[in-house]
Amino acid sequence: MAAALELDARGKSVAIVEREASLGGILEQCVHAGFGLIHFKEELTGPEFAERFEGRVASSRIEVFCGCTVLGLEPDGEGHALTSASSSLGVLGFKARAVVLAMGCRERNRGNVRIPGSRPAGVYTAGLAQRLVNIDGYVPGKEVVVVGSGDIGLIMARRMSWIGCKVRAVVEILPYPSGLARNIVQCLEDFSIPLYLSHLTTRIYGDRRVEGIEVAPIENGALMAHKSFAIPCDTVLLSVGLVPENELSRGAGVELNPMTNGPWTDSYLMTGVPGVFACGNVLHVHDLVDYAVEEATRAGRFAARWLDGSRPERELRVKAGANVRYIAPAKVEPGRDNKLYLRSMIVKNDAALELRLDGEPLKSYKKAHVQPSEMLTATLGPEDLSGAKPGSVLEIGIA
Amino acid sequence: MEMTCVVCPLGCRLAVERLGGDDISVSGNRCPRGAIYAREELLEPKRSVTATCRTAPPALERGIRRIPCRSSAPFPREKVDGLLSEIYRLEVSLPVRLGQVLISDALGTGIDVVASRSLE
Repeated sequence: MAAALELDARGKSVAIVEREASLGGILEQCVHAGFGLIHFKEELTGPEFAERFEGRVASSRIEVFCGCTVLGLEPDGEGHALTSASSSLGVLGFKARAVVLAMGCRERNRGNVRIPGSRPAGVYTAGLAQRLVNIDGYVPGKEVVVVGSGDIGLIMARRMSWIGCKVRAVVEILPYPSGLARNIVQCLEDFSIPLYLSHLTTRIYGDRRVEGIEVAPIENGALMAHKSFAIPCDTVLLSVGLVPENELSRGAGVELNPMTNGPWTDSYLMTGVPGVFACGNVLHVHDLVDYAVEEATRAGRFAARWLDGSRPERELRVKAGANVRYIAPAKVEPGRDNKLYLRSMIVKNDAALELRLDGEPLKSYKKAHVQPSEMLTATLGPEDLSGAKPGSVLEIGIA
Repeated sequence: MEMTCVVCPLGCRLAVERLGGDDISVSGNRCPRGAIYAREELLEPKRSVTATCRTAPPALERGIRRIPCRSSAPFPREKVDGLLSEIYRLEVSLPVRLGQVLISDALGTGIDVVASRSLE
């Protein structure tokens, strides 16, 4: 919606094609608060945040097609052709000069993290359980274990407790929680839910229904199988990460970055396919919707400029340095301000973001605290990049 | 006692001491909001409550089963369970507007429960 609004504001004719019955994506099921602190300067719930944007879309000239699944994207003369299907409109084709991909992400599931054991009923991803509880009104179980300590898992631990379920434990393979400290406090400590750090889920057992899981501690990198123990439960919720949903992009010939599972883009957020842009969780997984909106607004602005014939002038490659998992986008344009998002590989207090141009120190920002679950941002303007030569490489590391 | 500040994502570790009465000392906070949080958390802890409530039968037939709602302000923690029971007893008829009061003055706290989504 943010990308479409920006394109509309710049006089372009825009359509939003949405698979779900209403706009807003994952926000609709995120009924907890914590959204919008940056964008609206107040703490909103997911549906409230979405509704503000829906209101803006409704009063714009944007055409909205809900319940409409895009099945294919391919080149068509100077532009692109999209094929979609919906139960109310049948097969519907769109022709567009530019396409902004904003399909979001998908949850990693049991197969992705390879948890051994039997295959009983009662194993859900945390987001699916969230949808069942908050939208469909079903309670997926009574006694719950959450595997993985991502924010969705923590939020669901509280949600399940609040609907009368007993949450037995949260099990995390890493030595530190993946979610925010505030969620550990508000979602686990308030309900005295134990958090097992450095513990691997070694088995799910149960015949027709889950009867429990087995976990074993990891000490100095080695699995202590002899110290394994069982946690009885009838429901397992998996909160083990998100992966950008790029089936459509792949089919369109968009090249993906293996570090983010999202498209490679230039400084215009344009993928390798000219005229196809990407933003939000389909590009890389964000932890704040405010950042996703900010990025989408920029994608809309760049797509509008691209349609007007503007192209990035001279771009520098951006390289992830020490302790940085990835940086998006992977290119900057030295002549203007560039906003970069990056993710740390380490947990550290009093850290510094160190920027180097062709190996020479350029700039350093202090960061009170860095951790992999909290995305970092950096803005680079013409004054920072004035020393850039053709073929220069910008490297950002964390020390 | 130790606590983690939850005002912002930094999550400062706070050391809080009760000096007697309502007098407390706080250290470890990186900003003044931490001291305010520690004081409230120790003396009268509050939580922002969000949930969903049932829709009345005509909406059910259209497949709309739940309405998201929230407390209009952080709610006294010891009364949260009571508030949730009130919310789960509700049956809301459509249309509903965002911000519409579903329970006013919940459990005599002066805090309302409001809808966090409009639905026709």
